[in-house]
Amino acid sequence: MGKENRRAVFILMICLGIFPFFIRSDYYLSIMIFIGINAIIVMGLSLLMGYAGQISLGHAAFFGIGAYCSGVLTVKLGFSIFTAFFCGIFLSTIMAMAIAIPTLKLKGHYLAVATLGFGEIIYVIFNELLEITGGPSGLSGIPSIHFFGYSFKGGWRYFYLVWTVAILLLIFSLNIIHSRIGRALRAVHGSEVAAQAMGVNVSQFKIQVFVLSAIYASVAGTLYAHFVTFISPSTFSLFVSILLLMMVVIGGGGSIWGALLGAGILTVLPESLRAFRDFDILVYGIILMTILLFMPEGIFKGLTLSLIWMRKKW
Amino acid sequence: MVMPQPILETSRLRKIFGGLMAVVDLNFKVMPGQIKAIIGPNGAGKTTLFNIITGILPPTGGTIRFKGREISGEKPHRIAQKGISRTFQTVELFGNMTVLENVMVGRHVRTKKGLIQSGLRLPGVKREERLVLEMAQEKLEVVGLMRRANESASGIPLGEQKLLEIARALATDPQLLLLDEPAAGLNETEKLRIGEIIRKIRGSGITVLLVEHHMDLVMNISDEIVVLNYGEKVAEGTPEEVKGDEKVIDAYLGVEIRYA
Ligand SMILES: Nc1ncnc2c1ncn2[C@@H]1O[C@H](COP(=O)(O)OP(=O)(O)OP(=O)(O)O)[C@@H](O)[C@H]1O
Ligand SMILES: [Mg+2]
Repeated sequence: MGKENRRAVFILMICLGIFPFFIRSDYYLSIMIFIGINAIIVMGLSLLMGYAGQISLGHAAFFGIGAYCSGVLTVKLGFSIFTAFFCGIFLSTIMAMAIAIPTLKLKGHYLAVATLGFGEIIYVIFNELLEITGGPSGLSGIPSIHFFGYSFKGGWRYFYLVWTVAILLLIFSLNIIHSRIGRALRAVHGSEVAAQAMGVNVSQFKIQVFVLSAIYASVAGTLYAHFVTFISPSTFSLFVSILLLMMVVIGGGGSIWGALLGAGILTVLPESLRAFRDFDILVYGIILMTILLFMPEGIFKGLTLSLIWMRKKW
Repeated sequence: MVMPQPILETSRLRKIFGGLMAVVDLNFKVMPGQIKAIIGPNGAGKTTLFNIITGILPPTGGTIRFKGREISGEKPHRIAQKGISRTFQTVELFGNMTVLENVMVGRHVRTKKGLIQSGLRLPGVKREERLVLEMAQEKLEVVGLMRRANESASGIPLGEQKLLEIARALATDPQLLLLDEPAAGLNETEKLRIGEIIRKIRGSGITVLLVEHHMDLVMNISDEIVVLNYGEKVAEGTPEEVKGDEKVIDAYLGVEIRYA
């Protein structure tokens, strides 16, 4: 993955490692946990959008499938957390393939339309299957995670768990990007016809990346469910799918680091805008528009460019 | 004596766009080790023929055989795998990647580490990656672009972009290389250089099928020439035979006084 990336991952690990020693407030720790959970989904989306050039409007649904599988299977059927987690991944994989195989063989943005429909269907299912999901009033009593008798209850422990998963997936994503698979995906973006002539099976890779991004979202869903211990359908609506997409765009589509940044900023922003009371949505919108106006390729690229510019100047 | 088998053979190949016959019942052969040229006026169907051979367009009728096996109707990536590679008339580089990375993509078809293996950096991934890098550098040497390796592919001059397309195509280890107007837009020195490079490629055992408008280059390096006009083959033969052919002069050379 290259020297620079390795160094950046290392620095990130150290910063995260010492974070709970300095910040003990449960509130800030839980914000960091939500950033980690969102970052996992957004990294997958970034691979899908920034590298394979495909748009999904239904990733909240995969997030929800992970969360509800974990919730329902542990609460109602007494599955172990571990088994439920893999059931979520399995279900997300099957669903993602069912969407991707017919749509990604076609050219154009059929995936966006298909995932939009899929997201709505899943949302309705969460709401209507009262007996299983608890319907609109949600599902409560989801157990917290413990491995080998070690409990992850308590802010800092869960913080470490979530961020360990996030860092592992970050490394996995960076490895992919800096491999023949990543090059093939970027080639498809550059020129589909030339990529094919170089032997790249375009639809196969698009399908694989879509399934991978669905798995990321499902993993995040499990982590979410066992953290908040109560889930309801509104967390997995179209609005959330769009918010996740915004995180990719704000951070910068063509970079995994941008995805982390985007997840961080858009998770923190609503919290920090509370002071504006009724005007928070307005301020939120203005900030997003300003970012996109001045950094159309996202904050990560924007910051890198201004750093280079500043270095030249000084 | 046994006749050697043609590496490429089309039979009654045809392509119709709406009402337009772009390729009409075309029969021709390419023998292994040849440099064979296809010439003809604008719109004669040369690029269309390349697109059919490489699977980008399906033929309306007829067959294509590569090393004796039928390949018509196969997907482009499968055809690349079988050993046919190409360059494009209008440059189709990966503008979002460096010169070196462009050539590395060419190696895609000869490598196989998948998504999971790459993501986990399983044993073998690193070695494969190093081999890809070495091979890409070697191909850049062949076309003399090593010093541009880390520049953005969209930023280098047109002449070098054409060479880069050749290097990328070579990275796929083709047995048959299709070059669509490699000398278009090049100056005299670059044209001579491209001629040398094409000879060198043939020297390394790769059969070359060449579409080109520069007659001096074509007459100089080709073993055989096919002349197309409105999608039909109007002549075929050695450069000398073709030069003397009445129909060719009418259809093409008469207007194209470019060759001396
Ligand atoms: N995808 C397409 N759809 C419709 N018509 C096409 C298509 N591709 C090519 N044609 C038409 O088919 C004919 C042959 O075009 P082609 O590009 O093969 O010619 P060419 O011999 O390569 O010409 P040039 O020397 O200008 O490159 C032209 O009349 C062209 O307009
Ligand atoms: Mg052409």
